[in-house]
Amino acid sequence: MAQTATIPKSLWDGGRKPFKATYGKLMMWFFLMSDAFTFSTLLAVYGVIRFASGTPWANPELVFTHFPGLYELFHIEAPLAFVGLMTFILIASSVTMVLAVEAGHRMDQKAVEKYMLWTILGGVAFLSCQAYEWYHFIIGTHGAHHIAGAIHLLDGTVAQFMPGDGGLQIMNGVDHLGVNLMAPENTALFQQLVPAASLLPDGSVNPEVIISGANLTVNQYAQNPSFANLFFFITGFHGTHVASGVFLNYLIYKWTKNGELQRRGHYEMVEKVGLYWHFVDLVWVFVFTFFYLV
Amino acid sequence: MSDTHHNAHSKGYDNDQSPYTHPDIHTHHDEAAGVTTRKKIWQVFWILFILTAIEFVIAFTVPRGAFRNITYILMTLVKAFYIVGTFMHLKDEVKSLIMTILIPLTFVLWLILALLIEGGFYGKGWFLGL
Repeated sequence: MAQTATIPKSLWDGGRKPFKATYGKLMMWFFLMSDAFTFSTLLAVYGVIRFASGTPWANPELVFTHFPGLYELFHIEAPLAFVGLMTFILIASSVTMVLAVEAGHRMDQKAVEKYMLWTILGGVAFLSCQAYEWYHFIIGTHGAHHIAGAIHLLDGTVAQFMPGDGGLQIMNGVDHLGVNLMAPENTALFQQLVPAASLLPDGSVNPEVIISGANLTVNQYAQNPSFANLFFFITGFHGTHVASGVFLNYLIYKWTKNGELQRRGHYEMVEKVGLYWHFVDLVWVFVFTFFYLV
Repeated sequence: MSDTHHNAHSKGYDNDQSPYTHPDIHTHHDEAAGVTTRKKIWQVFWILFILTAIEFVIAFTVPRGAFRNITYILMTLVKAFYIVGTFMHLKDEVKSLIMTILIPLTFVLWLILALLIEGGFYGKGWFLGL
């Protein structure tokens, strides 16, 4: 039945598409806009907690230093290199996604299948990278070159220390009152704040009291536990988006493979899910800047 | 009665003649247009790649501070412009849709700015300078 001819052409009877976009695409845009609010709020909360924290924040260059293989085999640290690779993977998968959309416009089923597979591969690779990064964030960097761990001081402060033969070399050693414990005039105060049990007779740090890695109450990277909490929540929330994106991409791949989308006469589903996937990439661009660079 | 109704609906979807998909809106293009689109896609890929590479160089060469942070934020916005404009094809939508998406987000910019200033007030960090 030629229903196209019966569609009313007036503005008020549903005859014209609002914004000249289809229902599905429009709703995807509105959903993404609301999701953008959510992520903006999370990043704004990150900013406000960081600025209000009063104690030194973690330095991402000293936190994210593991690169698979380099670290395990040679103990070489590559600051930010791995997160750079993750960014590259996500941008590349965004490219293959938009290539799938383009192939859909030409009704080229084989090309859509191929590019959807590459996109799914990129998504899975990103999630695997994130699992590796979380693992090392949680277990910490024993004997790493930058931050060996942290200890509790008597006033409740967490003080990071560096490895080496110099015993307890505190970095970021600012306590909750804002006293810089590294300043020479505060050496005596600092000595008082270090619990006796934290040091071995030779002046080195007692391994039993070392805070290593991160959990929800304390972490070795920053005074403020919020640093780890925000890391878990923001990258975790983004990772959840990636995971559901991979699932949606798989559905689209399946519907392309079995010819469903070809039968419909258009590949708009690829476009709609593509919008979501690009959005996930977009969010990562912001997370990358505000969490790893600034 | 309701059975007939249901059948009519599913038939409509199968033939892609449901009222929710307007035939005029499906954007098909030929191979020649595809070549142009693909060229543009790869162009944007290289822009994003190079901008990210420059951000890395900055991370290890430029000292922390307001200048570095503002540079990062501007570069991020440029990247966002290309992702949203080209990859998400927002540039190809009608102006009213572009504005519907972008105008509410300007309020978010204000929220972020306001919260950062407040945070800097309560803490020791100072705005944009870490």
